[in-house]
Amino acid sequence: MNYNWDWGVLVREPYLEWLTSGFTWTIVVSLTAWVLAFSLGSVIGIMRTTNSNLLRRIATCYVELFRNIPLLVQMFLWYFVFPELLPQDAGMWVKRGMPMPEFTTAAICLGLYTASRVAEQVRAGINSIGQGQRNAGLAMGLTPAQVYRYVLLPVAYRIIVPPLTSEFLTIFKNSSVALTIGVLETTAQARQIEEYTFQGFEAFTAATVLYIIVTSIVMLLMRFVEGRVSIPGMISLGAK
Amino acid sequence: MIQLQDVSKWYGDFQVLDTCSTAVSKGEVVVVCGPSGSGKSTLIKCVNGLEPFQKGDITVDDVSVGDKATDLPKLRSRIGMVFQNFELFPHITVAENIKLAQLKVLNRNEAEAGQKAMQLLERVELADQADKFPAQLSGGQQQRVAIARALAMDPIAMLFDEPTSALDPEMINEVLDVMVELASDGMTMMVVTHEMGFARRVANRVIFMDEGRIEEDCSKDEFFDSQRGDRAQTFLSKILHH
Amino acid sequence: MFNNFDGKVVLDNLHFLIEGMQTTLLLTVVAIIGGLLLGTLLALARLSPFKTLSFVAGTYVNFFRSMPLILVIFWFYFLVPHILGRPVGGFYSVLVAFVLFEAAYYCEIMRAGIQSVRQGQIYAGQALGLTYQQNMRYVVLPQAFRNMIPILMTQAIILFQDTSLVYVVGIKDFLVSADLVANRENRILEMFTTVAIVYFVICLSGSLFIRRLQEKFNL
Repeated sequence: MNYNWDWGVLVREPYLEWLTSGFTWTIVVSLTAWVLAFSLGSVIGIMRTTNSNLLRRIATCYVELFRNIPLLVQMFLWYFVFPELLPQDAGMWVKRGMPMPEFTTAAICLGLYTASRVAEQVRAGINSIGQGQRNAGLAMGLTPAQVYRYVLLPVAYRIIVPPLTSEFLTIFKNSSVALTIGVLETTAQARQIEEYTFQGFEAFTAATVLYIIVTSIVMLLMRFVEGRVSIPGMISLGAK
Repeated sequence: MIQLQDVSKWYGDFQVLDTCSTAVSKGEVVVVCGPSGSGKSTLIKCVNGLEPFQKGDITVDDVSVGDKATDLPKLRSRIGMVFQNFELFPHITVAENIKLAQLKVLNRNEAEAGQKAMQLLERVELADQADKFPAQLSGGQQQRVAIARALAMDPIAMLFDEPTSALDPEMINEVLDVMVELASDGMTMMVVTHEMGFARRVANRVIFMDEGRIEEDCSKDEFFDSQRGDRAQTFLSKILHH
Repeated sequence: MFNNFDGKVVLDNLHFLIEGMQTTLLLTVVAIIGGLLLGTLLALARLSPFKTLSFVAGTYVNFFRSMPLILVIFWFYFLVPHILGRPVGGFYSVLVAFVLFEAAYYCEIMRAGIQSVRQGQIYAGQALGLTYQQNMRYVVLPQAFRNMIPILMTQAIILFQDTSLVYVVGIKDFLVSADLVANRENRILEMFTTVAIVYFVICLSGSLFIRRLQEKFNL
């Protein structure tokens, strides 16, 4: 294996700037998508645990639809196919008119996709609490909405801190799929540096290190959050 | 106060309640017993509408539970219920557990709710535990808090669904004592339990259920003294001699 | 809109799409087998009493689980020819990437499966006088495997979806074949819709099958 090592490439311009900007895009895409995934996923997940057949069915369809099509295919559907289905003016606006079309499409697509996974975690969290707590809340005269607000959700979200963290890390890694529609995030920039300089080893190492650093920070944050929200006297809620 | 008229309930094809009728008058203490799977827990959950039923009607203070137009949350807020597994809310403190529905359902203010909570905690002798979380208490203590939580709503009647069956033996009495005191204060109570000692001490009437039907419904004295149906006899001899 | 939807383009290029799907399936199957084998070894290493071994396996797993699959694909697309010192087809590089990547996930599934067996079961086996190996063989692993089956199969569906990412290095799988047709015939709408439907039907059938299995065998 003969290879000309040149770690210096990582701190030379424009490559350093490429990496920084790529990393920024990774973070921005991930966070935007996460806000969407968390809020929509919570709503869908809650819908799946209600007594209403209609709400449950809608939520189930959403989950099945979004998790049974590969993310990359969904990315293409939103970017290439969706504008074709709109009236011409609206289609043009989505393609070119709206601000940062690639970024917006990628963030929305990733958010909608991950919402289906977040929904499953929220549902599992609520269901793990059991009928007894729901009954106790209702028996006191709380309305079903109040039972969710004051009894079920505060416990459910505590239980699912670890799986939600792992969903966030999934969104963070999946943000790399945005490169297929032209968002120049970390992985795309690493590839670009490799193509320009043939220093693939250095470029991919840099990207890998960036991903590992963020993953480690998020895991540390999770432990901190988990400790902060843990309920005194309870060893593990999930074990019920 | 509580009236059940020909209540029947099915889970799919399986009938869990079969034309059950009975009544609990004001100030009366009624004990419901029977083997597991006899439908007694389901019956008591029908009284405040936690379990829907398909036939018959239940009224509490002349309000129909089965009627779709009934404001169930409002009705439930007037009936206290205590569960087998306590069902204190684990993420809030003991005092907060007792205040929650006072604040959110009865719209009492914080001071009023807090005062009521402390007063009831004194009554169940747990005032010093107010700021602990449920999981930091013993089972018996948790169940006493659960009773206080139900009483905080100033209920017109109390439902108990096997309140001592999840407890270690040494903790059963502390809970029964609170219930006896409550009965002697004139509270209307419907109690699903196997504690026949409790039934002897405070019950006015005893209901025996089997396979979804009310097999016996008579005064305490009749139940314990007279000839009973075979099933009730067998059941009683099993639980009295274990 | 859909009024000028031309289904004929799909039929005309059907054999081309089927070839693509064969590549997708081949990749999926080989990655499952390879990933399972390597994953089992990693899981055994992770749970072994030898600290070094379990540390190495743990690091391997955490390393691959921190990385996006696309980056792993790029890594091996670049690395494999360098290591071998000669060009190999992109397909083989990608295959290596998938096996090594999936092994990390399969390892975690197996580890969780083994740890899901309650401590009481292990004590009960020991109390009957079973040796460590016997206890593993007759008590722990059969239960662990039962617990794992649905998750292993779900992971297979995820893997099947993930193989579409070979798009980034242009391996002619199902998606890339459809993409080629879409661009050649200028029929993006038809081709991508078809791709989505095919993936959806396969994956949904798979997950419904898993659910049926779970209900039937009470998994």
